[in-house]
Amino acid sequence: MTSTSETTPVLSVRDLTCEFSTAGGTVRAVNGVSFDLAPGETLGVVGESGSGKSITMLAILGLLAANGRITGGSVTLDGVELVGASEKRLQSVRGREISMIFQDPMTALNPVMTIAAQIDESLKRHSRGLDRRGRQSRIIELLDQVRIPNAVRRARQYPHEFSGGMRQRAMIAMAMANRPRILLADEPTTALDVTVQAQILDLLHDVQVETGTALVMITHDLGVIAEVADRALVMYAGRVVETGTAAELFAEPRHPYTRGLLASRPTLDDTDGGDLDAIPGQPPNPARLPSGCSFRPRCDLAQGRTECAEAPELAVLGEGRAAACHFHTELALSERPA
Amino acid sequence: MTAPDRTVAGPGTKAGLDPKAGPGPASGPDPIAGTSPITGAIPVADPDSTTPGLDSDLLASPPVSPRRAAWRRFLKYRLALPGLIVLTLVVLGAVLGPLLWQVDPNAVDPAQYRNPPSPDHPLGTDSAGRDVLARLIVGGRVSLAVGLAAAVTATFVGILLGALAGYARGWVDSFLSRVCEVMQSFPTIIVIITFAAFFGPSLVTMIIIIGLMEWTGGFRVTRGLTMSLREQDSVVAVVGLGARNSRVLFRHIVPAVLGPATVIATGMISGVIMTEATLSFLGLGVPPPSSSWGTMLNQAQSLRILESMPWMWLPPGIAIAITVLSVNFIGEGLRNAVDPRQGQR
Repeated sequence: MTSTSETTPVLSVRDLTCEFSTAGGTVRAVNGVSFDLAPGETLGVVGESGSGKSITMLAILGLLAANGRITGGSVTLDGVELVGASEKRLQSVRGREISMIFQDPMTALNPVMTIAAQIDESLKRHSRGLDRRGRQSRIIELLDQVRIPNAVRRARQYPHEFSGGMRQRAMIAMAMANRPRILLADEPTTALDVTVQAQILDLLHDVQVETGTALVMITHDLGVIAEVADRALVMYAGRVVETGTAAELFAEPRHPYTRGLLASRPTLDDTDGGDLDAIPGQPPNPARLPSGCSFRPRCDLAQGRTECAEAPELAVLGEGRAAACHFHTELALSERPA
Repeated sequence: MTAPDRTVAGPGTKAGLDPKAGPGPASGPDPIAGTSPITGAIPVADPDSTTPGLDSDLLASPPVSPRRAAWRRFLKYRLALPGLIVLTLVVLGAVLGPLLWQVDPNAVDPAQYRNPPSPDHPLGTDSAGRDVLARLIVGGRVSLAVGLAAAVTATFVGILLGALAGYARGWVDSFLSRVCEVMQSFPTIIVIITFAAFFGPSLVTMIIIIGLMEWTGGFRVTRGLTMSLREQDSVVAVVGLGARNSRVLFRHIVPAVLGPATVIATGMISGVIMTEATLSFLGLGVPPPSSSWGTMLNQAQSLRILESMPWMWLPPGIAIAITVLSVNFIGEGLRNAVDPRQGQR
């Protein structure tokens, strides 16, 4: 479950750039994002709203909205290029090789079809070898696997008869129906109660261990990263600003943004009862990014420094470790934020 | 949010409970520990080793079958069933009426000029001395056929093109939307008259022409709905799981559009019946001496008739009103029926 240079990545994203044409001009929502995903690995992707996390994942599947397109870079699945692939080819990848789980299980299921029928759609599409009976036993097997009790009865029910957590389980079952090699989970627990969140995270982890699927977990919750991720990307304004193992990021953030995110979390030993720390300012409007380093206006390190007028490269700091800040060495020396 | 678990109770549960009667939840394999991991072989060979309950057909027979549930939701709207019964009676009357009331609707009898109702002519006679009841029955065939067939044709065309435009977007949408706007800017009656003049007046021509002219309402509603539906999470999720365009369109979008489209179609029926009346009045509908409800109304337009001879215009007027009302009630019930979220209350 660790990523080393010896394992061949199942998914490889290089310099991915996505642009949207809007009334306000062209917006570059994803700007040169690169990462590798090893088989069976869990990669966390963190960032504020609008940092390009979800767009990156949608772009991988070729699901950008009509006004968006991939303007550069490559996405390779087992070495096969997906950027520019035909819709037909992408359709055969979606749900079979790469599956996706969406944020809000209340809206992501078709309200007028039974759970069984919805899982069956995906099976019919991709598991041609299964006959009707085979598909039925597979549906029950999947519902059992996502710990939906009384699967036979539940399979015949409609989404409105399911609770939020149960619906998300059903979504996971749908996504796992054809044993995909990669599961993209776009904030799968955001819309759920805290207790249910933990159950779903556990479930995703268990399913992943059982199936060996690689998981990309998009979240803005650092707690989720700490809990499930082997490795994490921190994204800001469409760029990757820092990567590393979850432990490394938490112990020794090398980008001021990561440091700010960590400092913004409430902690149990925060006894002075004061306000939470926050990163000053707001995420930049992607249509009008600041020149140079995008984080410059909000960064306490940048004040009065000329280096920041130039966008920093993602500097490799070690095995799977990189940060896009001119002063990453300074950060390494400075003490950890309280 | 969670609906009460009504699937266990209720009359329709035999399919749901029987299969589980054998291996109960306790005696069967533990659903969690007993399943093979997802990577394992698919257990197809040995039915006993699979999860219990598979004897029932999972995909075909939910505890309450969808059709049965839809019927229940249909009935939940209390005027739906009366509407259905009344419309059935009206249709039966139009179809079978001539067998029971064997009077020639086209027999002209100058001696019976505008006679009030009498035992010989229960609904009186018209300006040509023809029996109003017989003409009402025969005219119902024309009005119902044109109203239903043209509205269904128009809605069908509208849904098809609207879903296509909303789903494909781009130039397909631009093209179809412009065509729609052009159609709407035509004065319908004049276009229909032109077509009728070309192809000759007949029932079928009228249905086709009205159907092809009136699809714009269904088109616009369907197009708008499709555009918002295709961005909905549930549709994006299906696309994200690899569904083909046709599947997304006909399985996930069109069914969701059917409800509103049904409402449009039912609303259109009354308009179509009136269009048919206008055309018939202009001599481009059903050729005389055949009758239709609209023709009968049009022939009763003089002030004298309206004031003192209600037997000539009340019957067709009431027939149109009853038909349109019952169709609207059915439409409302249908709207509930196609949407499982309705009828929960």
